[in-house]
Amino acid sequence: MHLGHSLSHGGPEVVGADARRPDGVRRALRIGLGGPVGSGKTATVAALCRLLRDEVSLAVVTNDIYTREDAEFLLREAVLPPERITAVETGACPHTAIRDDISANLEAVEDLEDEVGPLDVILVESGGDNLTATFSKGLVDAQIFVIDVAGGDDIPRKGGPGVTTADLLVVNKTDLAPHVGSDLARMAADARAQRDGLPVVFQSLRSEEGARDVAAWVRERLAVWTA
Amino acid sequence: MSRAALLVLADGRFPAGGHAHSGGAEAAVRAGRVTGAASLEDFCRGRLHTTGLVAAAVAAAAALGADPGELDAAADARTPSPTLRRAARRLGRQLLRAGRVAWPSAELDALAERFPKGAHQPVVLGVAARAAGLGPADAAYCAAYESVSGPVSATVRLLGLDPFEATAVSARLAPEMDTVVSRAVGTARRVAGEGADALPAASAPLLETGAEAHAGWAVRLFAT
Ligand SMILES: Nc1nc2c(ncn2[C@@H]2O[C@H](COP(=O)(O)OP(=O)(O)OP(=O)(O)O)[C@@H](O)[C@H]2O)c(=O)[nH]1
Ligand SMILES: [Mg+2]
Repeated sequence: MHLGHSLSHGGPEVVGADARRPDGVRRALRIGLGGPVGSGKTATVAALCRLLRDEVSLAVVTNDIYTREDAEFLLREAVLPPERITAVETGACPHTAIRDDISANLEAVEDLEDEVGPLDVILVESGGDNLTATFSKGLVDAQIFVIDVAGGDDIPRKGGPGVTTADLLVVNKTDLAPHVGSDLARMAADARAQRDGLPVVFQSLRSEEGARDVAAWVRERLAVWTA
Repeated sequence: MSRAALLVLADGRFPAGGHAHSGGAEAAVRAGRVTGAASLEDFCRGRLHTTGLVAAAVAAAAALGADPGELDAAADARTPSPTLRRAARRLGRQLLRAGRVAWPSAELDALAERFPKGAHQPVVLGVAARAAGLGPADAAYCAAYESVSGPVSATVRLLGLDPFEATAVSARLAPEMDTVVSRAVGTARRVAGEGADALPAASAPLLETGAEAHAGWAVRLFAT
C-alpha cells in the first residue's frame, strides 16, 4: 500500500561530509534508518538487502542499545555475507552515537569500505529511540524514519524532528491497522501536513510488496549520488 | 595559546567516543562493588591512582613531545587486558578524528598516518593537547579527570544515582586529581632522559579482569 506522493520528489540535496575517500574515490552513499523501538527498522534493512543486494554492493552497520541482537538477526537471516555487517556499541544512548558523537559509527563505515569495499550503499540502523532522534549529516547522506501503525496513529500528528525532517518517512506494519484501530488515511494526512512535501511510504513487510517502495527510493538516491 | 582550549578538550561532550564506555563501572556495579555514591567514590579513587595516574603520565609525556611509538608501547605494557588495549586504541582513533578537525596540525596528521587503527588514547590526548597549544599538565588533567568522570556519568545511568551526588563525588576527588597530575607530570619530564620506563606502572587488577569478563556478557549497556 502506498498512500504517499511521488517518490521522485527530491527532498534536500544529498549532503554529507567528505564525499570522497582519502584516495579520491567517491565513498558509499550512507543511509540512516531511525525510529522508535520495534517499528521495523531491522526488518526493513533485511528486506532492502534482499531487494538490492544483486544490483548494488551493500553493507550494514547496526547500533544496538544493550545487545547485538539486530546484527545477529541479520546474520541469522543471511541477508548479506557476515563481513558486510558490523555492530556498534552505543553506551545506553543510541541518539548520541548517531548525532552528537558519531566517531564510532564513522569508524565502522570506513572500516567496511576498507575491508569489503568498494561499496555503493551502507545502511546505518540506529538503536530504537524517541521521536527526536535524528542522524548527523556528518554520518549519513540521507535518513529514513520508520514508525509503525501500532505505535499509535497520532504519531505523525505529534511530529518531532524524525517525522518532520527525515528524507523519507516510512509508516510500517499497515497490515496491523485493522487490529489496532489505526486510521491510515488520517496518518497520511497528518504526515503530509507535517512534512512540507517530503515523501512518505506506507508499507507492510508481511505483504508481497514488502519494502519495494523504499528500495525504489534508495535506488533514486543512489542515482543522484553517483550522477 | 588559549586557556579555554583546555575546557574544549576536557568537555565530556567532546565527540571522541567516551560516552560508550563506563571505565569498568558496569562490571563493578554488577559485581556489587559499586552500589551508591560512597562506593562509587572508592571505585573512582582507586581508578584515579592507578590507571588514571598512568594515563595522565603518558598524556603528559606525549604533550612534552616524547615519541608516540614508544609511549604507545609503554601504555600497552601497562594494560594487561587485551580488551582494554583494544578499547584504548579505538578511543585513541576516535579522539584523533575529532582532534584533527578541532586543531589541525602536522603532528596529529603524522600520528594518524603512523597509527591508522589508533594509538592508545592518552598518547593521542597528549599530542592533541600540544596541537591545541596546551601543556603537559593540561593533558594530564584531561586524563585524570576522564578517569573519574567516565565511571561517574556511567553510574548515573546504571544505578539511577542522584546526579547531584554523583557530581559531588567528582568534586570531592578534585584535590586528589591535582596530586595525581603533579606526580604524572614529574615522571613525564623524566622520559626525555630515561625513556618510557620512567613512567608509572600502577595497575588495578580488578579493572583488568573485570573488563575481560564484561567483554563476554551477552547483554551490556557499555562497550567497556
Ligand atoms: N505485522 C508486522 N510485523 C512487522 C512488520 N515489520 C516488522 N514487524 C515485526 O515487528 C517486530 C520488530 O521489528 P524489528 O525490525 O526488529 O524492529 P526495530 O525497529 O528494528 O526494533 P529495535 O531495533 O529493537 O528498535 C518484529 O517481530 C518484526 O517481525 C510488518 O510490516 N508487519
Ligand atoms: Mg532493530
